[in-house]
Amino acid sequence: MRTIRFLLQKEFRQIFRNKSILAVVLMVPIVQLLILPLAADYEVKNVSLCIVDHDHSTYSQKLISKITASGYFKLVDFPDSYQKGLSYIEKDKADVILEIPANFERNLIRDDSQKLFISVNAINGVKANLGGAYVLGIIREFNSVIRTQWLQPPKFSNFPVIDIAITNWYNPYMNYKIFMVPGILAVLVTMMGGYVSALNIVKEKELGTIEQMNVSPIRKHHFILGKLIPFWVLGMVVLSIGLTVGFVVYGIVPEGELGLIYLFAAVYLVSVLGLGFLVSTYSETQQQAMFLSFFFIMIFIMLSGLFTSIDSMPQWTKVITWFNPVTYFIQVMRMIVLKGSGFTDILPHLLKVAAIGLVLNIWAIRNYKKTS
Amino acid sequence: MVELNNIRKTYNKGSVLAVDSVSFSVSEGELFGLIGPDGAGKSSIFRILATLLLADSGTASVNGWDVVNDYHKIRNNIGYMPGRFSLYQDLSVEENLEFFATLFGTKIQENYHLVKDIYVQLEPFKDRRAGKLSGGMKQKLALCCALIHKPVVLFLDEPTTGVDPVSRKEFWNMLKRLKEQGITIVVSTPYMDEANLCDRIALMQNGKIMSVESPENIIKDYKNELWAVASPSMHTLLSDLRQFELTESCYAFGDSLHLSFKTKNENNRTETLQYLESRNQREVEMKKINPGIEDCFISLMQQ
Repeated sequence: MRTIRFLLQKEFRQIFRNKSILAVVLMVPIVQLLILPLAADYEVKNVSLCIVDHDHSTYSQKLISKITASGYFKLVDFPDSYQKGLSYIEKDKADVILEIPANFERNLIRDDSQKLFISVNAINGVKANLGGAYVLGIIREFNSVIRTQWLQPPKFSNFPVIDIAITNWYNPYMNYKIFMVPGILAVLVTMMGGYVSALNIVKEKELGTIEQMNVSPIRKHHFILGKLIPFWVLGMVVLSIGLTVGFVVYGIVPEGELGLIYLFAAVYLVSVLGLGFLVSTYSETQQQAMFLSFFFIMIFIMLSGLFTSIDSMPQWTKVITWFNPVTYFIQVMRMIVLKGSGFTDILPHLLKVAAIGLVLNIWAIRNYKKTS
Repeated sequence: MVELNNIRKTYNKGSVLAVDSVSFSVSEGELFGLIGPDGAGKSSIFRILATLLLADSGTASVNGWDVVNDYHKIRNNIGYMPGRFSLYQDLSVEENLEFFATLFGTKIQENYHLVKDIYVQLEPFKDRRAGKLSGGMKQKLALCCALIHKPVVLFLDEPTTGVDPVSRKEFWNMLKRLKEQGITIVVSTPYMDEANLCDRIALMQNGKIMSVESPENIIKDYKNELWAVASPSMHTLLSDLRQFELTESCYAFGDSLHLSFKTKNENNRTETLQYLESRNQREVEMKKINPGIEDCFISLMQQ
């Protein structure tokens, strides 16, 4: 116990003297939580739109004002030909071109049908998809307004109509920030545990100080605990700062119990610290450790369901996500913060993360030798 | 105190032989030197004795404890100072010393008498970070940290490499004083001039020990006569002497050439001078000298 105490004392002394670690612990969570949730917004706004209007009629004017009034689009220009419009896409100045044919209004009234042409710049897949969908939605609505104006509705509807009402549970306004903040926080805690800890242990190898520790009588488990506990504490500090930022800036108050978040984070940190420790036993220099951790953490984050839904991944990547602790942490964070889940709800996740942690740590301890 | 029996160590799955069947022993209270160029295998031997490295074969013991089975006892009772400075650079002088004392379950005060001579020189800088010390100061601090738990044996791996001549001299004076306090010291160095300061030395080359003797005996064992030859034109002198039929070896040493002959003969000197005159060498000086450790090392290397 005494041994661990002075090992911890030394470790904290070094951490508080290392300005970059302090910056990582204090500044990174604040800055990332201020910037990322605003950027990681799935709603596409400011789609640049070109409208080629060959008709210049009342109807085409109505359609155009309806589209521009939606707030999703930024009108770039009204070129007089499709060719000119296309040159805007080529220069990346426009995302969507809507072409309204000549005699749009006349044909619509006379023939009861008309065709519109939309072309979309698909370089940015998300923007193309959503931009196209928004235009289609607005045209469909425009269409139904015209139909109601022109068709005399019968007294009683002939067609059975299904009216759909959607409620968004747990996040009624579909506010992406509430959804993203817990996820980003989970990533930050992961970085602290898996990244900074690995670098710290390898730094001792690089400077040769680990040799001095190895020839001393301190036991293997003392050294390991002395290394892991400080970063466990730092991980908890990052989590606390993050939750505070979430509350102060975004007004996010966890629906569930705060203690439950900390309980899960406590177990989770042991598991990612195991990863960092394992990486450190396989690397000799800080560069190696950095690339190895970066590789794993990158994959873990990409497959964590933070940015893309796991359900839409192919089966084999789903299998990988079962072994990804980050997935469970993000799920649990969202469950507790948004849904207010209780202990029994997160128990399966907790057990899985504990199991992953056990495997990683045992592997790392076996691979860490005091003698080469 | 320290015993090695046929220790052998290879790296890269046996392709690089670092230590080749090395055996020697160091008695209690001795200042023992491992002398040899870089890559001779000195550090590997140190790491094996400090229980940081496992030998491929052979046995070794420190103070009667086996390096494999009793490694824990050894770690409690030795001081090891690696060739590279490896203390915590971001901790201060005092914090480092305190940390290594507690690591061994002791306090600075308990063994202060051992490090006092050295530590007084460090005292003015005790709040300075170790990384900001000069090279000589770093070595002194490292020595303090290796001594603070009163080890029975001190292993110093090239403690004076990269240290200025004045600090080197100081460092060896410190070792002498530690020896007087009864601590066995094993030290390695690539500098031949430091060999004379040891009680006994082992000359190493390519993982093998060529000779284990006191410096005086090693010099006494030098069987040949050694001559120092100098002339205004040293470069041609060297090539001329190497072509001379009586020459066994000739190499540059400081401002003269060291020359030894294949046979002992009273006429060697006159014959050499005649030969050199025939090669147009003028103002040749030639006198008999006593060999140093380096001469012995070179002659052993050539055998």
